[in-house]
Formats: sequence, C-alpha cells, structure tokens
Amino acid sequence: MSIRERLSGNEAAATAMKQINPDVVAAFPITPSTEIPQYFSTFVANGVVDTEFVAVESEHSAMSACIGAEAAGSRAMTATSANGLSLMWEMIYIASSLRLPIVLSLVNRAVSGPLNIHCDHSDAMGVRDAGWIMLFSENNQEAYDNTLMAHRIAENEKVLLPLMVCQDGFITSHSIENIELEEDSEVKKFVGEYHPKHYLLNDKEPIAVGPLDLQSYLFEHKAQQAEAMKAAKDVILDVAKDFEKWTGRHYGLFEEYMLDDCDLAIVCMNSTAGTTKAVVNELRKNGVKAGLLKIRVYRPFPGEEVAKALENVKAVAVLDKADSLNAVGGALFEDVVSSMYVAGNKVPTVNYVYGIGGRDTTTNDIKSVYNDLAEIAKTGKAENPYRYLGLRKGEN
Amino acid sequence: MCAGCGAPPVARHIMRALKEEDHAVVANATGCMEVSTFIYPYSAWTDSFIHTAFECAGATLSGVEAAYVSLKRQGKLPEDKHTKFIAFGGDGGTYDIGLQSLSGAMERGHDMTYVCYDNGAYMNTGIQRSSATPKFADTTTSPAGKVIPGKMQSRKDLAKVMVGHHLPYVAQTAAFMNFKDLYEKAEKAIYTEGPTFLNVLSPCPRGWGYATEDLMLINKLAVETCYWPLYEVENGVYHITYKPAKKLPVEEFLKPQKRFKHLFKPGNEWMIEEFQKEVDSRWQELLDLEEMTNK
Amino acid sequence: MSEITNKTPMDDLTIGGNIYTSGNAKNFKTGDWRSQRPVFHEDKCKQCGLCFPVCPENAIPVGKEDLKRKNFNFDYCKGCGVCSKVCPFGAITMEEEGVNL
Repeated sequence: MSIRERLSGNEAAATAMKQINPDVVAAFPITPSTEIPQYFSTFVANGVVDTEFVAVESEHSAMSACIGAEAAGSRAMTATSANGLSLMWEMIYIASSLRLPIVLSLVNRAVSGPLNIHCDHSDAMGVRDAGWIMLFSENNQEAYDNTLMAHRIAENEKVLLPLMVCQDGFITSHSIENIELEEDSEVKKFVGEYHPKHYLLNDKEPIAVGPLDLQSYLFEHKAQQAEAMKAAKDVILDVAKDFEKWTGRHYGLFEEYMLDDCDLAIVCMNSTAGTTKAVVNELRKNGVKAGLLKIRVYRPFPGEEVAKALENVKAVAVLDKADSLNAVGGALFEDVVSSMYVAGNKVPTVNYVYGIGGRDTTTNDIKSVYNDLAEIAKTGKAENPYRYLGLRKGEN
Repeated sequence: MCAGCGAPPVARHIMRALKEEDHAVVANATGCMEVSTFIYPYSAWTDSFIHTAFECAGATLSGVEAAYVSLKRQGKLPEDKHTKFIAFGGDGGTYDIGLQSLSGAMERGHDMTYVCYDNGAYMNTGIQRSSATPKFADTTTSPAGKVIPGKMQSRKDLAKVMVGHHLPYVAQTAAFMNFKDLYEKAEKAIYTEGPTFLNVLSPCPRGWGYATEDLMLINKLAVETCYWPLYEVENGVYHITYKPAKKLPVEEFLKPQKRFKHLFKPGNEWMIEEFQKEVDSRWQELLDLEEMTNK
Repeated sequence: MSEITNKTPMDDLTIGGNIYTSGNAKNFKTGDWRSQRPVFHEDKCKQCGLCFPVCPENAIPVGKEDLKRKNFNFDYCKGCGVCSKVCPFGAITMEEEGVNL
C-alpha cells in the first residue's frame, strides 16, 4: 500500500535516497539542492541509514569520492545543481567512462554567469554528451519514482552507466505537493542488493581501474559506452514495467498527453509540462487539438520513438530551458528535429528558448506558443525557427 | 618510467612496508607514475589500484575508504581482513592542483596514507615549475633567461602545511642510507590510524639534469646539505631523524644539476648565497621546532 | 581475461579499461630501451646488498633461499647505471649495449 504524504521535491529525493540506503553519500551543498545532503546527513546522524556520509570540500571531490566508493564495490549517491555540476564536469566523464553506476540527484539551476540561483536546464545540458543516463521529472512524485528506479537501470549488466535524476530547482524542489510513497521494505525489495562483479575491495581479485588508454583502445572503450547507452532504452522500459506492477504508476520513455489526435504539439521537459497540460486542457475545451510530448528519458534520447509520436501532427514547438548559444537552437530542439529528419518526418517545427534564470513561464506564454503553432499549421511553414518565449525586446 | 627515475624505488619500498597479509587499495594522481604503471592492458600494481584524474587522488581514495568503512560496518566484507589505503601523487598533483582534495581528505580523517613523490616540477608534461620547485631552478616555465634567472619564488613547505592539519603522523623522507628511513616511516604512516602524510624526495634525471647513475648520490647530497631534511612529526612533536655530522655546503647539491647551472656563472654568486641562506634558516627553524615540541 | 592486444575486437575488451589480472605489466618488457648495459662481475661481488634496492626496475633478482643477488634480468633493465654507481667493489661495470654480444 502506498503512503499518502505531502513533500517538497527535495524531500522526495532525500526520502528515496533514505529508502535506497546507499553505502556512501558524498556531497557538497549548493542551492537549490542543498536540502538533499542536509536531510540525508540527518538520517545518518539518527542512524536510520547504514550510509557513510562524506562531507567533501567541493563538488569535484564529491564526484571523485563517489567514483572511488562505487569502484570499491559500494553504492554511491550524490546531489548537486548548476555550478556544482560544472565543477564536477571532469569527473562526470570519468564516472561514465569507468562504467560506474553512480546515481546523482540534479536539481536544475542556471549555470553562472552572471550568478543566478534559479531554475533553467543549462546545468544538465552541459553534460548531455557525457555518457550519463538522464531522467527528467515533472514533479516531486516523478523525482521520487525516477530515483527508486535508478539503480535497477544503472546497475544492469548491459548498462553499467551512471544516472542522474533531474527536477526543476525551486519550482519543484521547494514546492510541497501531494505524493505517494512506498513502504521501506518494498523499496528495498524492488531496488535489490548491489553485487558488482569486480571491485577494488575484493582482496581475492585485486583490480586496476582508470588506465592510460591510448590510440589502440580508447575508441573501442567509447563505443562500448555507446552500446551500453543504446541498451539502456529497453532496460529503462523493463524496469518501468516492474515499477508499474508494484505501484500502479506508469512510466515510458516520454509521456504523450493528448497526442493521439493532436494537431499542435509542444515538446518539453520537467515542470513546464505541468503548465502545458493545463493549457492543453483549456484549448481542448475550445476545440483546439493541442497536445504535449513530455520527455522523461533525455539520455538515451528516444529519437525514433519521438519522431514516430510526432508524425501525424501539423506543427511542433520544442521548448528549451537552456540556450545552446549556437545561433541555431536549443539542445532538445536539435535532438528532436534531427530525429524527425532521419525518420523522414517533415512536420514544421520551431524552437522556443524560455525560462532562463528562473523567468516564470505562465499559461499565457504557453498559449502564445499554441497560437503560433496554429499559424504555422495553416501555412505549413515554420519561419525563424529559433525563437524566444517571454523575452523583453525593443520594437526593432 | 625513465631509466634512473627516483620514483619507482620509492614506491616499491613504501609498498614493501605493507604487511604481507594485508591488502591495499592504491590511488594515483595523474602523473609520470600513473601513466607508466597502468597503460591498458597492463597494470604493474599487484594490489588494487585506481586512477581517476590529476587533482583528486585524495578525494578518490576518500571514497574508497568510506566504502570500506560502510561495508565493513554492515558486515559485507570479511571481518578478519584488513585493507590499507595509500595514495601516490607527484608534486603537481599534491602541492598544486591536488592540494584542496588532499587537504579535504586529511581534515576529514580518512584512514589513509598520502605519499607525495616530490620531483620538484611538473615532469610528466615536460618540466614546468611547480610550487615545489626550488628557487632559481631552470624549468620550461621558469627558464633562466637574460633578465629573469629561473624561478624567483621559494618552494612551498608542504610537510608543514600537513602538520597544520594536526595529523597523527607527517614525515619527510628520501631514499637514503639504504632506504631505512623511508621504509620505517612508510611502515609507521601506513599502520598509524587516521590520515598520514609522507613527503618523499624523488630525483628526476631529466628534469634536474644529472647523469642517471647518480640517483643515490643526489639523494645523499640533498640530505647531507640539509636541503631536504629528514624528519617526522608525531601528534605535533617534531623529531629530526638524521642530523648530518658535518652539514655540507648546498653548492654540492646544486653543482651536479643542470637546472642550477646558471648559478655557477661569474656574477651569480649571490644566488648560491641566497640559496644557502634559505636552507640554513629552514634547517634552523626545524631544529627550533624540535626543541620546542619536545620540552 | 584472455590476452588483450590491439587486434582484440571491442566486444572482448574489458569495460572501462579495467584490468582484472593485476601485475600483468610483467608481460611488458622494457629491456629494449637500454643503451648502456650493466655487467656483473661475480668474483668481485661481496653480496653487500646495496645494489638491488636502488634498482628502479627491480631487475636485480635475489635468491629466495641464499639471499644472494644473481645476474641482471635484462628483460627489464633499462641500463640507468644506478647500481653500478652504488657498488663499492667495482662488481658492476657499464658498457655500451650491443657491442660485446
């Protein structure tokens, strides 16, 4: 039986971590994820977890310690945001290349500078090519559920990749909402024990981790990572199936909201999906065939599936909560349109960069996107596809 | 590693101090030692070994040790088996880019021994100056030029920085007197509970510019001139483990090394004098500390 | 773990570049780096034990039973000459590699 509670997104993430009871947590505080290590160190101080909490002196050391702990043969977790993830960047690549299934809770926030503590996705987008599985969460429930599924995915023999669970800083991390929690014992059963095949602390089989990997080998080792990333897609779906059997809550690679007969589709991630759903409901009442595709699994990117889900719509808008500053469009936009192109899907598509540095995105903003899409659907042309939503601009 | 490198005998004697029945996990900062002992698919290490990056051997090993503590507490590792944790870093990975990670690991009290093999410059990337490079040394980023005669700053005293962390055991040593000093300090460091630190002189024939066969002579001269004093600090109490009967002039240490060649040009006598003055004052400071902490 | 070479297909490489056969660098011989070659004069050797600890390559074998040093292991000796310099009895001399072979 699920337990009905009211928790913030950070509390939800910390609660999931408590129930997973990892062997090691190494973390350094940064707004807006600070509460996660705070709550967690309280669990440690009160003896409700078996975890060794390493209060490191930086995020670089947090990820380094997680790598050491995971390679040693234990389960290691951490949490961070924005500049914290930037400081980890070097180790983020090393964690995935050493094939260590570390789980990180990323509370999305704008990367400096100038300094800003509020939500956008520039931190996550900065590591999108780093070989981590990336799950996005619309609300506290999804942050909790994604975290409970994380180890089963990351530690799968065919995968062995680190995984980050993303949620929107402040918008969900600090908002208290209803949530269904699962029993500790049930979580323990679902997550299972961690028994790595090879690990540093096995004195019967000393191993060496992290070589100098030169021209004859690095290419193949990278290709192994790519294969693991491809394999992760099925594993994510399998784990979701088991999760649904247990909790009744359904998860896929993405969520299709009113997409079946949809003409005008928005693609987005995290909390903006909630705002968009409200707008879709309203538009539907007025007879507008609006719909939403909410990406849950951003890495591996479900390109084929996304292209297929969007093949019968008349216009698509991809919302990016980070600007790639490449004069072409945001990262999610590029992933979506290149997947559509490869699949021969010629639906006109535009990009909106929005919500940078915590700028509010209201239902009116989303409505304006659907209005633009209606226009595009009429003409069949998507002009100036690289657009901003809610930006103050002079007349010229 | 290069023919005649000072680091391998240092690493070997430290690992020899590990009891045969004990297992070790070694962490290594990126550097000469790492890139020459673990080139895929070959590892020279017979104990478990991990390398992640340049600046984080301390933090990486913190994680390994934390995992050990956690798994042991949960009964997930055999009770009667002991694992020791040893990190190796060059002066680049220890004095400079890895200082924060080292300081954090030591302050948190992980049960590990961090060994700096100090060759006084970034040798792996081609002999660039570090904060361990002695004053006036000619390196590729502190070249002895027409206007600036080599590195103009004094070297950092890392062992003292570590003493400032109030560790149970800090020592400075070198391959001297048939490795007795090195071996004994390694044994003490590894088997002292808590974080311990060893700073080991590790001459580099390429970077220092001496004939490869002179490795042990250079070690000897570094100690006999008091350029590299051998001492240990146990719970804050200093003990100088070797006091030369007759302290040699520092010139004798400088002369066989090409990196100090310009110090011997006419008109540059002031540089040797200044070098000597610094060696003398640091030696005196050490003698004073020994006296003060043993009262 | 079978022998890995630069012909091994990616499916057979260990993941992450891990090595599960620690110490296998023994199979990687460095003796061909040598330009100078040490010559051991057993008649002059007093088995004082000064030479083998200083060898950077661990290339001076010592008998497990008799604790006596044996001739060099030329698979690994890089010819640095450190041993020759520390020998007080002139029992190790250096000569150019490949001349007297």
